[in-house]
Amino acid sequence: MTAPLLQVEDLHVSFSTRQGVVQALRGVSFSLGAGQTLGIVGESGSGKSVTSLAVMRLLDRAGRITQGRVLFRGQDVTRLGRSDLRELRGAAMSMIFQNPRAALNPIRTVEQQIVDVLRAHRSMSVRQARAEALDLLRAVLIHDPESRLAAYPAELSGGMCQRVMIAMAMACKPALLIADEPTTGLDVTTQKAVMDLLAGLTAERGMAMILITHDLGLAARYCADIAVMQNGEIVERGPVAALFQSPRHDYTRMLVAASPRRDSTLADLAPGLPRPQAGARNDGVRVPGAGPLLELTHVRKSFPGPVHAVDDVSFVLPQGGALGLVGESGSGKTTLSRLICRLADVDGGEIIFQGQSISDMPARDFHRAPQRKLIQIVFQDPHDSLNPRFSAFDCIAHPLRRLEGMRDGAALEARVREAAGRAGLPEGLLERFPHQLSGGQKARVGIARAIAPRPKLLVLDEPTAALDVQVQAVILQLLDRLRREDDIGLLFVSHDLNVVRMLCDDLVVLKQGRIVEAGASAAVFANPQADYTRALLDAIPHFEPACHAERESVAL
Amino acid sequence: MLAAIARRVGRRLVSSVPALFGVVVITFVLMRVLPGDPAVFFASGPSAGQAEIEALRHKMGLDQPLPVQLLHYLGDIATGDLGRSLTTGQKVTQDIGRKLPASLELTFTALAIALSLSVPLGVLAALRPGSPVDHAVRMLCTLGVCVPTFVSGLLLIYAFYYLLGWAPDPTARIDIFASTPPEITGFYLVDFALARDWEGWSAAARQLLLPAFTMALFVLAPLARMTRASMLAVMGSDFIRAARSLGLPGYRIVVAYALRNALLPVLTITGIVFSTMLGANVLVEKVFSWPGVASYALDALLASDYAPVQAFVLLMAFIFVVVNVAIDVLYGIIDPRVSVE
Repeated sequence: MTAPLLQVEDLHVSFSTRQGVVQALRGVSFSLGAGQTLGIVGESGSGKSVTSLAVMRLLDRAGRITQGRVLFRGQDVTRLGRSDLRELRGAAMSMIFQNPRAALNPIRTVEQQIVDVLRAHRSMSVRQARAEALDLLRAVLIHDPESRLAAYPAELSGGMCQRVMIAMAMACKPALLIADEPTTGLDVTTQKAVMDLLAGLTAERGMAMILITHDLGLAARYCADIAVMQNGEIVERGPVAALFQSPRHDYTRMLVAASPRRDSTLADLAPGLPRPQAGARNDGVRVPGAGPLLELTHVRKSFPGPVHAVDDVSFVLPQGGALGLVGESGSGKTTLSRLICRLADVDGGEIIFQGQSISDMPARDFHRAPQRKLIQIVFQDPHDSLNPRFSAFDCIAHPLRRLEGMRDGAALEARVREAAGRAGLPEGLLERFPHQLSGGQKARVGIARAIAPRPKLLVLDEPTAALDVQVQAVILQLLDRLRREDDIGLLFVSHDLNVVRMLCDDLVVLKQGRIVEAGASAAVFANPQADYTRALLDAIPHFEPACHAERESVAL
Repeated sequence: MLAAIARRVGRRLVSSVPALFGVVVITFVLMRVLPGDPAVFFASGPSAGQAEIEALRHKMGLDQPLPVQLLHYLGDIATGDLGRSLTTGQKVTQDIGRKLPASLELTFTALAIALSLSVPLGVLAALRPGSPVDHAVRMLCTLGVCVPTFVSGLLLIYAFYYLLGWAPDPTARIDIFASTPPEITGFYLVDFALARDWEGWSAAARQLLLPAFTMALFVLAPLARMTRASMLAVMGSDFIRAARSLGLPGYRIVVAYALRNALLPVLTITGIVFSTMLGANVLVEKVFSWPGVASYALDALLASDYAPVQAFVLLMAFIFVVVNVAIDVLYGIIDPRVSVE
């Protein structure tokens, strides 16, 4: 057998920060043959991105390779000079990034950027390069490639930007492609399309691929081998089926448990956690409360433009119930959640909360309404939705001060501590500022802030989208417990049908502002009626190692 | 595209009319409340009697109530008449028409020098943050800001005229014994070039260099620091890392990818700097006896000569508006995201 394409040996990387030197990688070793696919999984901060950046020698100024080698075709990348590196990058190995729109130069057209790449590595005229740029756009299956050539990144959707990035990464036919969370932030359907494209192109051209992701389902679906990273080390590596069916390392076991499957329940995801308080409602069959909590009738909202953002939407959320709003970006689910929170005004229809219409009052005045404190929202980005100058305590106390007019003192402190406790936020963290908290802790602050004024309805706008799987599992369980114990109604906005299924009794599928399907979660999940729902379900990279293994053996 | 730009320019110009009107009124009132009576100043001598002063006041319309005076003034502006300067005896429009090109030529040259120094310096400092180059640039900028222009101007004169003898006599736009170029645009460099008088051109250029450098030194800091900051931010952004991952040549990354993006905020600062320079270069004009519009306005102010000062302030406000519109249009051309809206 020939030498592997890429061989990483005992790689150490450290970052010098204000707090001193931080060891990001502690002896990472792996190898990858030509045309092979490797998934690197792990939580954020485990060193998976640092590994890929170190292989490409793209670490920023603060990061340094302190030990080890990276052999690419037998050549030690860590010792290469600037110009040798430049020739290697893009031509022999290339990379695609997490946020595709930010990875493209905002003031150069798509064509100019692809031509730049082609001409950086191959001597060709601008004319030839332009012709090839068009071919590349066709290869990445962009709709209407001729007119996309003159487009700027800001005029393209996230999925299209990622396709352009793929076209640029593949332009000079590299032997290795590193994809660093290529689909984070994209819809499930877009994610599937982009990943299928990526897998198809790499297989077709015999390229090796390293897929870096925190999504085990994605890695299992598109990679043959998986390496699991924790604290800057690879703790386990093996073929997908073997690794996930019989994980040997504790951390792998925890990751596998936390990844939602087709049939998993919330309790399965984080087995170590205390079970919700036992009760009649714990068996999955939920007794509807006394009358509806929230009722929408023919709600409409449009923004300047041809399409309605929300078009004739009606549904009912019972007291203490949980309803999922599912759809791709642009389906109107976020607009709808803003309407329900009364942060925006409806154009038509009615929103009835606890038997009273709340849609008449203008959104600007709603902060004075008695219902304001009963309807609270948890935002998508746990970091950006916290005031960086407020400590966790102040963040949680803010709604109490504003909505209940509480003054500093023992009463306020008790309420804040109670909310923090219910959200599972340790008391010792209350004095910290957002940048001193982890993603999961910030998510808890956001939840504690929302439940502090004792609301009856909690609107959750993709609260776990930015979190690692195991943190997501814990947060989902927390939400479920709050709902059962405090009888809070949940309106859960998400594009992840699987998460919605576990948390919500009912779900509403939105497409372009209209309801395409609604019903009990379990029923919709088992037997989707609309094509759109089926496409959404099909796009979820289910974490089914067994199925994957079968498919592999058939393919072989 | 062109139609969109024209619409934008038109909208901006129209929307600046109230601001210009406010400037006119405020300057008018300010000039009136400042101590000093032009009639006393312009009376034939210190021995002039009360009757003579009163007659002068009446002739100048100063005996009328303030609002009436304002109305008259506004009516005059509407017909393009900015009044007559009492010190020079000329129409203000004529005076300014002669002196504005001198100031503009000086300011444009100074701005060109400042940009051609500060942008490369800022880029160098940003590419090697914390290096000796970065510190040297920071020190130069600090010096440029700290030393007032009348000091740095005198220092430059001392070094380059007195000690080295490289620069010509630092008075006026051209040596008094040399011939001035034909009056075409009022910009000596342009006029000499049009007349193909290259000897005169280089004489005018050498005369221009010292005052221009003095002014450039003063505005080096904001431009260089802004370039550095914005370049640092862009160099740390995702698309630069992506460009590096694709193996683009280093100069291409710095110039076509980083610098073009980094220049957007610098452009905004340049507009502000230009307007400030034009109005605030009176010190430089005084030090170098430059017959510019700012020293003209200062002389008029000291003589309680209302019309030139009011015209000067109005002119500065108008130039500020024009510069801002120009920057706006440039922005739209450089950054496609702006014109998308």
